[in-house]
Amino acid sequence: MTDAQANTNEEFAIQLINMNKWYGDFHVLKDINLNVKEGERIVICGPSGSGKSTVIRCINHLEEHQKGQILVHGEEITGDVKQLERLRTDVGMCFQHFNLFPHLSILDNLTLAPIWVKKVPKAEAEATAMKYLERVKIPDQALKFPGQLSGGQQQRVAIARSLCMDPKIMLFDEPTSALDPEMISEVLDVMIELANEGGMTMLCVTHEMGFAKKVADRVIFMDAGQIIEENIPEEFFNNPQSERTQLFLSQIIDH
Amino acid sequence: MFVTDKILPELPAPQNTKGIVHWLKVNLFSGPVNTILTLFGLFLLYKIVPPAVQWVITDATWVAETRDTCRGEGKGACWAYIINRFDQVMYGFYPADERWRPNVAGIFLVLLAIPLFIEKTPKKAWLAGFILVIYPIIAYFLIRGGSFGLVPVDTNKWGGLMLTLIISFAGIVTALPLGVILALGRRSTMPIVKSFSIIFIEFWRGVPLITVLFMASVMLPLFLPEGTDFDKLARAMIGITLFQAAYIAEVVRGGLQAIPKGQYEAASAMGLSYWKSMALVILPQALTLVIPGLVNTFIALFKDTTLVLIIGLFDVLAVVEKVLSADAAWLGFHTEGLVFSAFVFWIFCFAMSRYSMSLERKLDTGHKR
Ligand SMILES: Nc1ncnc2c1ncn2[C@@H]1O[C@H](COP(=O)(O)OP(=O)(O)OP(=O)(O)O)[C@@H](O)[C@H]1O
Ligand SMILES: [Mg+2]
Repeated sequence: MTDAQANTNEEFAIQLINMNKWYGDFHVLKDINLNVKEGERIVICGPSGSGKSTVIRCINHLEEHQKGQILVHGEEITGDVKQLERLRTDVGMCFQHFNLFPHLSILDNLTLAPIWVKKVPKAEAEATAMKYLERVKIPDQALKFPGQLSGGQQQRVAIARSLCMDPKIMLFDEPTSALDPEMISEVLDVMIELANEGGMTMLCVTHEMGFAKKVADRVIFMDAGQIIEENIPEEFFNNPQSERTQLFLSQIIDH
Repeated sequence: MFVTDKILPELPAPQNTKGIVHWLKVNLFSGPVNTILTLFGLFLLYKIVPPAVQWVITDATWVAETRDTCRGEGKGACWAYIINRFDQVMYGFYPADERWRPNVAGIFLVLLAIPLFIEKTPKKAWLAGFILVIYPIIAYFLIRGGSFGLVPVDTNKWGGLMLTLIISFAGIVTALPLGVILALGRRSTMPIVKSFSIIFIEFWRGVPLITVLFMASVMLPLFLPEGTDFDKLARAMIGITLFQAAYIAEVVRGGLQAIPKGQYEAASAMGLSYWKSMALVILPQALTLVIPGLVNTFIALFKDTTLVLIIGLFDVLAVVEKVLSADAAWLGFHTEGLVFSAFVFWIFCFAMSRYSMSLERKLDTGHKR
């Protein structure tokens, strides 16, 4: 994508331009180029250690990239503290291990950022929180603590917690891979609903290929720190171009 | 094939699995070694406890005009020695007419603190904040006087249990936040902040408190400009606070290290600034984790206040040890003085320990899986 530089305009929610990252001497991400349109839903997959999480985490600057550019809504991320705080209110993130705050009730988990970052009045924040808890189908758990919930419930709370900030972009880093099989679908259902509503840009690292087929606009395959292949789901699954993609797909479908 | 229509009756548990005899058998007389140890223990208790109780309570003298009443065949402890001069034990040389002021301050503190222990009190955080920040200022003006028409009472007149409590309370209230800041500083990514915190902590941890107190009272005035009269108590308190802050910093750092990275990441991914994520997410968890270590430090601080004796401040131990025992009419009751002070310190330390245990239990519910 040689003309990426010229394309820096607001229609893209996220742009990664020749992004490179190293952990010490280890070159984790190599020349990552990716344009994500407003409202687009993207699934990233690839073998373990290929750098999927790192890409996602660079976008909201939990990790720092060393070369290239990252633009969110046309604004380049510089690492400036004030800019980051503003940016992160627009970019929600869900983690593999939920990362709920164990010392706060579910309701307090959900209202923390709206109250302290967006300065929303408490009553209003609680009303919003209940609205999202209802959407993820666990309003009855509002007063419990995270430790009292099942993994699937915790992840749904984590999704609701991100939604409470009313983000324009959602990043998911393997939201279902720490869950027992019977809980995966309850979380995926919530995510599919969210995706089908439209309007929100979603970047999701996952190995749930059913989810990818159902909702993704594009699937991206990464290996060894590179984007190997990128296509619409139908083509990606039925007609993978690269050998590595074929191998990967055969492996995850076989077992 | 097996079928039954007999309903079995409920039977009482076999005798030897319950009851005191069984407990004794299992716990105290389960073998020859255990039996010997038990008998030896009983023998020691028999030798120590009855005489101690006799000396402390049954044979003790509680009321006495002169020391002769306390002396004689079969007499135990002379508590009259302490009771007769109880005011001094409590207040040191604080003028008798003004003692209502520390009393008011103390009662005020207790009244403020009671709601903290009641489950349903609203806005507990604000109340705690008031106790920790505003109350000490009010109490200082009340006890120190010199304004609002109150007679000034110099801090070198402060003494007794009052002084012990003042130093400890002020020490805990200031050393805790300072220690937290130092712990955060030591984990900072900013090299200057980090090295400053490390140097500070390692310096204060490396010197004995006695030297700190001596330096505060003897050397510090040398560095201050001529004529600045810097209160001796204030100097001692600054020394104790900085010293304890270094210990608290290391305790808190242990807690910070135990918080998973995901918590930091989740907090910052939500747009919380560094200070907000520390105050709202990380520290509440980290401090809860290290309550035992913190209380340990507080207890040490409380007992270390006795060292102010060496720079001429009279805390409760110093009053008993130096003032009461110097009274020529009441010579020879050293033991009573020491036992009494030990008891006073034990009461407070035990209370702190119990409170920390209940606090731990209460805060734990949120974490249980
Ligand atoms: N903090 C770190 N320091 C050094 N190396 C790291 C660090 N974090 C990740 N790596 C390495 O970077 C590479 C990419 O890691 P990343 O977590 O992005 O992989 P991933 O594709 O998300 O894998 P997985 O599917 O297992 O989650 C891995 O080889 C990993 O060992
Ligand atoms: Mg990963």
